[in-house]
Amino acid sequence: MIHPLLFYAVSALIVASALGVILARHPMYAVLSLVLTLFGLSTLFICLHAFFVAAIQVVVYAGAVLVLFIFVVMLLDMAPEIVFRVRSWTMISLGTALGFLILWQIAAASLQLKAPAAHGPAADGTTAAVGRLLFTTYALPFEAASLLLLVGIIGAIVLAKKKL
Amino acid sequence: MTPPITIHHLIALSGVLFSIGLVGVVTRRNVLLILLSLEILLSASNLAFVAFSRSLGDLSGQIMVFFVMIVAAAEVTVGLAITVLLSRQAGKLNADELKSLKW
Repeated sequence: MIHPLLFYAVSALIVASALGVILARHPMYAVLSLVLTLFGLSTLFICLHAFFVAAIQVVVYAGAVLVLFIFVVMLLDMAPEIVFRVRSWTMISLGTALGFLILWQIAAASLQLKAPAAHGPAADGTTAAVGRLLFTTYALPFEAASLLLLVGIIGAIVLAKKKL
Repeated sequence: MTPPITIHHLIALSGVLFSIGLVGVVTRRNVLLILLSLEILLSASNLAFVAFSRSLGDLSGQIMVFFVMIVAAAEVTVGLAITVLLSRQAGKLNADELKSLKW
Protein backbone atom coordinates (compact mmCIF):
# COMPACT_ATOMS: atom_id res chain seq x y z
CA MET A 1 0.00 0.00 0.00
CA ILE A 2 2.39 2.69 1.25
CA HIS A 3 6.03 2.27 2.15
CA PRO A 4 6.17 2.43 5.97
CA LEU A 5 9.12 4.83 6.07
CA LEU A 6 7.38 7.27 3.74
CA PHE A 7 4.16 7.00 5.72
CA TYR A 8 5.83 7.72 9.07
CA ALA A 9 7.87 10.60 7.67
CA VAL A 10 4.86 12.23 6.03
CA SER A 11 2.68 11.61 9.11
CA ALA A 12 5.24 13.31 11.32
CA LEU A 13 5.27 16.27 8.93
CA ILE A 14 1.46 16.45 8.87
CA VAL A 15 1.04 16.27 12.65
CA ALA A 16 3.87 18.74 13.30
CA SER A 17 2.55 21.30 10.83
CA ALA A 18 -1.03 20.85 12.09
CA LEU A 19 0.23 21.56 15.61
CA GLY A 20 1.97 24.58 14.12
CA VAL A 21 -1.38 25.85 12.85
CA ILE A 22 -3.02 25.84 16.26
CA LEU A 23 0.06 27.02 18.17
CA ALA A 24 1.39 29.74 15.87
CA ARG A 25 1.34 33.21 17.38
CA HIS A 26 0.89 35.02 14.11
CA PRO A 27 -1.92 34.05 11.67
CA MET A 28 0.47 34.21 8.71
CA TYR A 29 2.61 31.40 10.17
CA ALA A 30 -0.56 29.41 10.87
CA VAL A 31 -1.69 29.71 7.25
CA LEU A 32 1.73 28.73 5.87
CA SER A 33 1.82 25.80 8.28
CA LEU A 34 -1.55 24.64 6.98
CA VAL A 35 -0.16 24.72 3.43
CA LEU A 36 2.48 22.23 4.61
CA THR A 37 -0.22 20.03 6.18
CA LEU A 38 -2.20 19.98 2.94
CA PHE A 39 0.87 19.11 0.87
CA GLY A 40 1.60 16.21 3.23
CA LEU A 41 -1.97 14.97 2.88
CA SER A 42 -1.66 15.29 -0.87
CA THR A 43 1.40 13.01 -0.75
CA LEU A 44 -0.63 10.42 1.14
CA PHE A 45 -3.45 10.73 -1.42
CA ILE A 46 -1.00 10.00 -4.23
CA CYS A 47 0.26 6.94 -2.32
CA LEU A 48 -3.39 5.82 -2.02
CA HIS A 49 -3.80 6.19 -5.80
CA ALA A 50 -6.26 9.07 -5.44
CA PHE A 51 -4.54 11.17 -8.10
CA PHE A 52 -7.43 13.46 -8.94
CA VAL A 53 -8.10 14.28 -5.29
CA ALA A 54 -4.39 14.92 -4.70
CA ALA A 55 -4.26 17.39 -7.61
CA ILE A 56 -7.44 19.13 -6.47
CA GLN A 57 -6.01 19.31 -2.95
CA VAL A 58 -2.95 21.21 -4.18
CA VAL A 59 -4.70 23.37 -6.79
CA VAL A 60 -7.91 24.27 -4.97
CA TYR A 61 -6.97 24.02 -1.30
CA ALA A 62 -3.36 25.13 -1.18
CA GLY A 63 -3.63 27.22 -4.34
CA ALA A 64 -6.92 29.05 -3.94
CA VAL A 65 -8.41 28.72 -0.46
CA LEU A 66 -5.21 29.41 1.45
CA VAL A 67 -4.20 32.25 -0.84
CA LEU A 68 -7.56 33.77 0.09
CA PHE A 69 -6.60 33.34 3.75
CA ILE A 70 -3.25 35.02 3.15
CA PHE A 71 -4.99 37.90 1.37
CA VAL A 72 -7.28 38.43 4.35
CA VAL A 73 -4.44 38.19 6.90
CA MET A 74 -2.50 40.84 4.98
CA LEU A 75 -5.58 42.95 4.27
CA LEU A 76 -6.60 43.16 7.92
CA ASP A 77 -3.07 43.98 9.08
CA MET A 78 -3.70 42.51 12.50
CA ALA A 79 -2.34 44.44 15.40
CA PRO A 80 -0.09 42.39 17.70
CA GLU A 81 -2.55 42.41 20.58
CA ILE A 82 -5.34 40.82 18.57
CA VAL A 83 -3.02 38.42 16.79
CA PHE A 84 -2.63 36.08 19.72
CA ARG A 85 -5.34 36.15 22.29
CA VAL A 86 -6.49 32.88 23.70
CA ARG A 87 -9.06 32.09 26.32
CA SER A 88 -8.18 31.65 29.95
CA TRP A 89 -6.08 28.65 30.93
CA THR A 90 -9.17 26.77 32.10
CA MET A 91 -10.60 26.92 28.58
CA ILE A 92 -7.27 25.82 27.08
CA SER A 93 -6.96 22.85 29.42
CA LEU A 94 -10.62 21.96 28.92
CA GLY A 95 -10.19 22.12 25.15
CA THR A 96 -7.06 19.97 25.26
CA ALA A 97 -8.83 17.44 27.50
CA LEU A 98 -11.72 17.36 25.03
CA GLY A 99 -9.25 16.76 22.21
CA PHE A 100 -7.66 13.82 24.05
CA LEU A 101 -11.13 12.42 24.84
CA ILE A 102 -12.09 12.48 21.15
CA LEU A 103 -8.71 11.01 20.23
CA TRP A 104 -9.22 8.19 22.72
CA GLN A 105 -12.70 7.47 21.35
CA ILE A 106 -11.44 7.40 17.75
CA ALA A 107 -8.52 5.14 18.73
CA ALA A 108 -10.87 2.74 20.52
CA ALA A 109 -13.21 2.68 17.52
CA SER A 110 -10.41 2.17 15.00
CA LEU A 111 -8.93 -0.72 17.00
CA GLN A 112 -12.26 -2.54 16.69
CA LEU A 113 -12.37 -1.79 13.00
CA LYS A 114 -12.12 -4.95 10.94
CA ALA A 115 -10.45 -4.46 7.60
CA PRO A 116 -13.53 -4.16 5.36
CA ALA A 117 -13.95 -6.55 2.49
CA ALA A 118 -13.26 -4.93 -0.86
CA HIS A 119 -16.22 -4.44 -3.17
CA GLY A 120 -14.09 -4.94 -6.21
CA PRO A 121 -10.54 -4.60 -7.41
CA ALA A 122 -8.79 -1.52 -6.02
CA ALA A 123 -9.62 1.25 -8.48
CA ASP A 124 -7.24 4.08 -9.28
CA GLY A 125 -8.72 7.52 -8.72
CA THR A 126 -7.61 8.92 -12.04
CA THR A 127 -9.28 12.01 -13.46
CA ALA A 128 -11.03 9.88 -16.10
CA ALA A 129 -12.47 7.41 -13.59
CA VAL A 130 -13.55 10.04 -11.06
CA GLY A 131 -14.92 12.30 -13.80
CA ARG A 132 -16.99 9.49 -15.31
CA LEU A 133 -18.54 8.77 -11.92
CA LEU A 134 -19.05 12.48 -11.26
CA PHE A 135 -21.00 13.08 -14.47
CA THR A 136 -23.12 9.93 -14.33
CA THR A 137 -23.99 8.69 -10.84
CA TYR A 138 -23.30 11.97 -9.06
CA ALA A 139 -24.48 14.42 -11.73
CA LEU A 140 -27.25 15.91 -9.58
CA PRO A 141 -25.06 16.59 -6.50
CA PHE A 142 -22.47 18.06 -8.89
CA GLU A 143 -25.01 20.57 -10.22
CA ALA A 144 -26.19 21.33 -6.67
CA ALA A 145 -22.54 22.00 -5.73
CA SER A 146 -22.23 24.53 -8.56
CA LEU A 147 -25.34 26.28 -7.21
CA LEU A 148 -23.75 26.31 -3.74
CA LEU A 149 -20.61 27.95 -5.14
CA LEU A 150 -22.75 30.56 -6.89
CA VAL A 151 -24.54 31.33 -3.62
CA GLY A 152 -21.15 31.57 -1.91
CA ILE A 153 -19.87 34.08 -4.47
CA ILE A 154 -23.00 36.22 -4.25
CA GLY A 155 -22.95 36.05 -0.46
CA ALA A 156 -19.32 37.16 -0.30
CA ILE A 157 -19.97 40.10 -2.65
CA VAL A 158 -23.08 41.20 -0.76
CA LEU A 159 -21.24 41.01 2.56
CA ALA A 160 -17.99 42.64 1.54
CA LYS A 161 -19.27 45.44 -0.67
CA LYS A 162 -19.80 48.67 1.19
CA LYS A 163 -22.76 49.84 -0.82
CA LEU A 164 -24.62 47.88 -3.46
CA MET B 1 11.25 -4.69 8.82
CA THR B 2 8.34 -2.58 9.95
CA PRO B 3 4.85 -3.98 9.43
CA PRO B 4 3.04 -2.77 6.31
CA ILE B 5 0.74 0.23 6.47
CA THR B 6 -2.90 -0.76 6.80
CA ILE B 7 -6.10 1.26 6.89
CA HIS B 8 -5.77 1.40 10.70
CA HIS B 9 -2.68 3.57 10.43
CA LEU B 10 -4.46 5.99 8.13
CA ILE B 11 -7.56 6.17 10.32
CA ALA B 12 -5.34 6.76 13.35
CA LEU B 13 -3.57 9.62 11.56
CA SER B 14 -6.96 11.02 10.57
CA GLY B 15 -8.09 10.83 14.21
CA VAL B 16 -4.97 12.62 15.44
CA LEU B 17 -5.46 15.35 12.85
CA PHE B 18 -9.14 15.70 13.78
CA SER B 19 -8.27 16.05 17.47
CA ILE B 20 -5.65 18.70 16.72
CA GLY B 21 -8.19 20.66 14.68
CA LEU B 22 -10.80 20.33 17.41
CA VAL B 23 -8.40 21.66 20.04
CA GLY B 24 -7.67 24.55 17.71
CA VAL B 25 -11.35 25.40 17.29
CA VAL B 26 -11.97 25.27 21.04
CA THR B 27 -8.87 27.10 22.27
CA ARG B 28 -8.09 29.75 19.65
CA ARG B 29 -10.18 32.92 19.85
CA ASN B 30 -9.20 34.69 16.67
CA VAL B 31 -11.99 34.20 14.13
CA LEU B 32 -9.47 33.65 11.35
CA LEU B 33 -7.65 30.93 13.27
CA ILE B 34 -10.92 29.19 14.11
CA LEU B 35 -11.64 29.05 10.36
CA LEU B 36 -8.15 27.63 9.77
CA SER B 37 -8.71 24.94 12.41
CA LEU B 38 -11.98 24.03 10.69
CA GLU B 39 -9.94 23.37 7.55
CA ILE B 40 -7.86 20.85 9.53
CA LEU B 41 -11.06 19.09 10.64
CA LEU B 42 -12.26 18.85 7.03
CA SER B 43 -8.86 17.57 5.87
CA ALA B 44 -8.92 14.86 8.53
CA SER B 45 -12.29 13.65 7.26
CA ASN B 46 -10.96 13.78 3.68
CA LEU B 47 -8.09 11.50 4.65
CA ALA B 48 -10.51 8.99 6.19
CA PHE B 49 -12.69 9.09 3.05
CA VAL B 50 -9.74 8.41 0.75
CA ALA B 51 -8.40 5.64 3.01
CA PHE B 52 -11.75 3.83 3.02
CA SER B 53 -12.17 4.45 -0.70
CA ARG B 54 -8.85 2.71 -1.34
CA SER B 55 -9.57 -0.09 1.08
CA LEU B 56 -13.04 -0.80 -0.35
CA GLY B 57 -12.07 -0.37 -3.99
CA ASP B 58 -14.90 2.12 -4.38
CA LEU B 59 -14.35 5.55 -5.91
CA SER B 60 -17.42 7.11 -4.25
CA GLY B 61 -15.29 8.15 -1.28
CA GLN B 62 -13.13 10.29 -3.53
CA ILE B 63 -16.24 11.90 -5.03
CA MET B 64 -17.25 12.74 -1.46
CA VAL B 65 -13.85 14.38 -0.89
CA PHE B 66 -14.47 16.48 -3.99
CA PHE B 67 -17.79 17.68 -2.55
CA VAL B 68 -16.23 18.34 0.86
CA MET B 69 -13.69 20.57 -0.88
CA ILE B 70 -16.44 22.47 -2.71
CA VAL B 71 -18.34 23.03 0.53
CA ALA B 72 -15.10 24.11 2.23
CA ALA B 73 -14.40 26.61 -0.54
CA ALA B 74 -17.89 28.10 -0.24
CA GLU B 75 -17.61 28.19 3.56
CA VAL B 76 -14.23 29.92 3.42
CA THR B 77 -15.48 32.50 0.91
CA VAL B 78 -18.41 33.57 3.09
CA GLY B 79 -16.47 33.11 6.34
CA LEU B 80 -13.62 35.35 5.22
CA ALA B 81 -16.07 37.97 3.94
CA ILE B 82 -17.66 37.99 7.40
CA THR B 83 -14.18 38.21 8.98
CA VAL B 84 -13.29 41.25 6.88
CA LEU B 85 -16.63 42.81 7.76
CA LEU B 86 -16.15 42.13 11.48
CA SER B 87 -12.74 43.71 11.46
CA ARG B 88 -14.03 46.71 9.50
CA GLN B 89 -17.24 47.33 11.45
CA ALA B 90 -16.53 46.01 14.94
CA GLY B 91 -12.76 46.55 14.87
CA LYS B 92 -12.00 43.27 16.61
CA LEU B 93 -11.67 39.62 15.72
CA ASN B 94 -11.80 38.04 19.15
CA ALA B 95 -14.70 35.59 19.23
CA ASP B 96 -15.20 36.19 22.97
CA GLU B 97 -15.70 39.92 22.53
CA LEU B 98 -18.16 39.68 19.66
CA LYS B 99 -21.50 39.57 21.37
CA SER B 100 -23.88 41.69 19.36
CA LEU B 101 -25.84 39.97 16.64
CA LYS B 102 -26.50 43.26 14.90
CA TRP B 103 -24.70 46.53 14.51
